[in-house]
Amino acid sequence: MTAPVIGVLALQGDVREHTAALAAAGARARPVRRPTELETVDGLVIPGGESTTISKLADLFELREPIDKRIADGMPVYGSCAGMIMLAGEVLDGRADQRGFAGIEMTVRRNAFGRQVASFEAPVNLAGIDGGPLHALFIRAPWVERVGRGVEVLGTVTEGPAAGRIVAVRQENLLATAFHPELTGDRRLHAYFADLVRAAI
Amino acid sequence: MSDSQTSNSSTNAPVTGTAHVKRGMAEMLKGGVIMDVVTAEQAKIAEDAGAVAVMALERVPSDIRAQGGVSRMSDPDMIDSIMEAVSIPVMAKVRIGHLVEAQILQSLGVDYVDESEVLTPADYANHIDKWAFTVPFVCGATNLGEALRRITEGAAMIRSKGEAGTGDVSNATTHMRGIRTEIRRLQSLPTDELYVAAKELQAPYELVKEIAETGKLPVVLFTAGGIATPADAAMMMQLGAEGVFVGSGIFKSDNPAQRAAAIVKATTFHDDPETLAKVSRGLGEAMVGINAGTLSQSDRLAERGW
Repeated sequence: MTAPVIGVLALQGDVREHTAALAAAGARARPVRRPTELETVDGLVIPGGESTTISKLADLFELREPIDKRIADGMPVYGSCAGMIMLAGEVLDGRADQRGFAGIEMTVRRNAFGRQVASFEAPVNLAGIDGGPLHALFIRAPWVERVGRGVEVLGTVTEGPAAGRIVAVRQENLLATAFHPELTGDRRLHAYFADLVRAAI
Repeated sequence: MSDSQTSNSSTNAPVTGTAHVKRGMAEMLKGGVIMDVVTAEQAKIAEDAGAVAVMALERVPSDIRAQGGVSRMSDPDMIDSIMEAVSIPVMAKVRIGHLVEAQILQSLGVDYVDESEVLTPADYANHIDKWAFTVPFVCGATNLGEALRRITEGAAMIRSKGEAGTGDVSNATTHMRGIRTEIRRLQSLPTDELYVAAKELQAPYELVKEIAETGKLPVVLFTAGGIATPADAAMMMQLGAEGVFVGSGIFKSDNPAQRAAAIVKATTFHDDPETLAKVSRGLGEAMVGINAGTLSQSDRLAERGW
């Protein structure tokens, strides 16, 4: 089985953690900061970070159109936290000039759980991932308020004040989580995405 | 490292304030620029320029130097107005050892507390016990031992101190190179020499052993103190910083909005001289600055903290 080449959008955020997680999941991971680098990858991860910053830099360095085009052509993309916001069709509580990629038919609320003092960890069960719940880290995390018809809900918060909120979704080759599996050492979600990329090549 | 709070109700219940979520927050700032701001208007300029966070304070370090006197935590009204003005994380500074200023900032809901040598210290022996808080802390360090003592006290992020408010990057480079050199030295030591290394660093053996094995701090390492140009920011990234704090360098320059945006771009493309040349053009005058070597002992902020 060949290892898929998966890029990590390296404009800002926890690029190194995603790169390490992808490598541990059997992919060849490399940073993507330029359109020429995007051309060399089979799939793309949009890391955790600050979505306003990533959005701005994607425009400034002319990555938006090429990424939108690759998504339209079926390239698999996984976004965690800020990456989920970047993949959302509609963003609430974002900046007026903030734009995501042409991604998942969903409405995402930015910083939905509150400020950093409300950031938390909790287990989350994910449809399609065996072996028990993932230990999920939510850091100034978004949640999904609405999904379109073609979107599969993979996981929700199980307990606490935000119980029932959608925090993991998939629409065809696009995958998004409000939390950060790259920070936990559990590589199941990255392996799931690597499989998705392998199947799309 | 143990978590500061644990849940005893249910194993599935959400838990806040853990080392994991505090340190994870800093991971999300990596590759970014955190800018000092003194008004809501400046905070908006910083956010527009692509800052990953702002540091709310009453006076930037160069004004603290110029005006003298005791420098303290900012007015909660001012911090509130900045939190309302922007959607990116807001940090604020407390005096070294001032646990009540930190309690106040936590109750305001700031996203990160900087226990900072830029303000006048409140305790010349102890730093704050940062494990006692839900809000995460960033602390300055001039060398590895100091960084490890802060991490032991619960700091979830470290920044080099540099010499704030000077526009002179030389101390930031010294601190960043020093920390990285000391980490490489630990990696080269036989394990039976790590005990003495821990003694010399005045840091716990377990932490020293962890760094010898991993070759990095267990928390994110940013740079701060004297960064005034895109080239300064890029150099600090090349020297191993994971992100950049810019204090007086932006709003004490001729064209803050343009300089702020240029420093953001330079931090992302720190290894690309062509992009760096492009973003360095036409920025107008940088802050005037002070040669850090000419500062008298009492004016050296980096020497505060122990």
